[in-house]
Amino acid sequence: MKLYEHQAKAILAAHGVAIPGGGLAATPTEAEAIARRIIASGRAVVLKAQILAGGRGKGGGVRTAASLEEARRMAEAMFAARLITPQTGPAGLPVRRLLLEASVDIGRQVYLAATIDRHLGQAIVLASGQGGMEIEDLARSSPSAVIRQPIPALEGLSPALAGMIASACGLNAPEAAGFTAVLTALWKAFLECDAGLIEINPLGWSAAGGWIALDAKMVLDDAALPRHPELTALRDTTDEDRREARAAASGISYIRLDGDIGCLVNGAGLAMATADMIEQAGGRPANFLDIGGGVGEDAVREGFWIVASDPGVRAVLINVFGGIVRCDLVARGISRASRDFGLHVPLVVRMLGTNAEAGRRILAESGLDYLSAETMDEAAAMAVAAAAAGDKP
Amino acid sequence: MSILAGSATKVLVQGFTGREGTFHAQRMIEYGTNIVGGTSPGKGGTTHLGRPVFGSAAEARAATGADASVVFVPPLKAAGAVREAAEAGIGLIVCVTEGIPVLDVIELKARLAGRGTRLIGPNTPGIIVPGETKIGIMPGAIHRPGPIAVISRSGTLTYEAVHQLTAVGLGQSTAVGIGGDAIVGMGFVELLGLFRDDPGTAAVLLIGEIGGSTEEDAAAYLRSGYPKPVLAYIAGRTAPPGRRMGHAGAIIEAGGGTAARKAEALRDEGVIVIDNPSAIGETVRRRLGC
Repeated sequence: MKLYEHQAKAILAAHGVAIPGGGLAATPTEAEAIARRIIASGRAVVLKAQILAGGRGKGGGVRTAASLEEARRMAEAMFAARLITPQTGPAGLPVRRLLLEASVDIGRQVYLAATIDRHLGQAIVLASGQGGMEIEDLARSSPSAVIRQPIPALEGLSPALAGMIASACGLNAPEAAGFTAVLTALWKAFLECDAGLIEINPLGWSAAGGWIALDAKMVLDDAALPRHPELTALRDTTDEDRREARAAASGISYIRLDGDIGCLVNGAGLAMATADMIEQAGGRPANFLDIGGGVGEDAVREGFWIVASDPGVRAVLINVFGGIVRCDLVARGISRASRDFGLHVPLVVRMLGTNAEAGRRILAESGLDYLSAETMDEAAAMAVAAAAAGDKP
Repeated sequence: MSILAGSATKVLVQGFTGREGTFHAQRMIEYGTNIVGGTSPGKGGTTHLGRPVFGSAAEARAATGADASVVFVPPLKAAGAVREAAEAGIGLIVCVTEGIPVLDVIELKARLAGRGTRLIGPNTPGIIVPGETKIGIMPGAIHRPGPIAVISRSGTLTYEAVHQLTAVGLGQSTAVGIGGDAIVGMGFVELLGLFRDDPGTAAVLLIGEIGGSTEEDAAAYLRSGYPKPVLAYIAGRTAPPGRRMGHAGAIIEAGGGTAARKAEALRDEGVIVIDNPSAIGETVRRRLGC
């Protein structure tokens, strides 16, 4: 689960990391009120669109206003348009909140993050004396400028290790002292929140106030959310896709892709392989959908609705390998769902494994119009042909 | 022949009396697995499925001499259960549970390091030595004893591959799911190492997927030479970056972990990478010339 910048900053601030003064606005009127306070204090206003995607600077999602009038105009414009960045896709995302902050005069900028290194099987701290640019770009252009320090799981981040990271960033004594404090706070937040990533970029040095987190990103480990009700409550479902929300509610993994062949599969690996098969057969999968391991009739019914209700779907392919899941149960779920919701596009079913014979009999007797396939490539070819035939007027 | 386990392996079921534990323990017993008992907090001293129930792994180990454990404990308590089994001296632990927080697994691995405990999973279908023992949740009936080792990050896709192998007359020496999470216990490299010396294994089939670098690690391991043919299928060619494809570990991050890159790394080391998941069994058969 990704957090908004303002949520990540609030968590960091609660752990003692300094952040710029300001406030969160949901309307241009609220934005104007916050901007008025900042301008009155003699600072320029930074307006930051709150969306769950990066690259905001490149899309006009971060702007600076020197006057109240300018801030008001900018806020109106930013609320009015969807924000398109390199990470949002061409449709962009609606801007529902603006974070308005007092601009800060910064000297040195550094990069600081904690994340999981899958290769090492450990949490690591990433740091660089050159902050402000994307870490992937920096790692490519000057790999030696990025410090990757594994943090031992049982001992944690010791003061000595924190000091080593600070000196590797090339900081002077007062900078280093403040930096280790920020690093320690970030690490504590990382563990306490079960985060997958906390990134402060840039962390800026202001002569007046020491280190200040100018931008922050935070991603939480979904698996750990059940033990963090207060963090779970931060989830914003406003812009969640209707089908993705319904899938999440029934434990189904669902991701909309940009093709037209809807897929319903049991198991993540088999679901990926099914999508791959469709592309090899010359088609495009409309989605990834894994109904899960030990599912019953109801999950199949939900999964069927999610795929069949998608207006972009021109054919549906169901691929089930009965192991723990019994094919007769899946067949009953399909036949019930097709009665309840209807299906207006061709359906291809491939069932194998436990009770597959019984499953095929149930489907045949249900009166449902469908094509039966034996192998995965046969199923994919049938679905691609059916989707293409449906294209013709 | 087999690696990791065999018909003599004494298996303990942790989370024995729960719904999942009961369902799969029953099927393991039917398959012939030597289930010596289970654990369930607060139910020590009772009997379940005709086997003794213990309050802790230590008691269970002392009473039964269990040398392997299979874990069905719910996600937030599963890492603790694995640790308990390791500290009781159980040498092989198969963690079926899906959805354990990553930081729990990192801490668990640190605690297991140096003990010699072999951890399979989490989020694994388990281990099967066809005809001997099944320590996990895979459907036993599709497997046959034979010369092909299977190492996989997936569940049903492994069943699909095994089904195809069996259909072309190739049985399996041992099939192991390493788990679909971002951080797991034993990986491709350790298992390739065990299969290298297994006289019952003539060829190894790897089933990988997007995310992480365990396939690349396997390629690096194979660079110095491997005495048996290795074949691979990598799922997720069409997966978009930045999205988790069902498995917590199946995600393309910062341009790394793509199926194409993994396939290329393996091909460079002489691995036959199978593009068509319908042709897994047939391709292995042709490679072995049988």
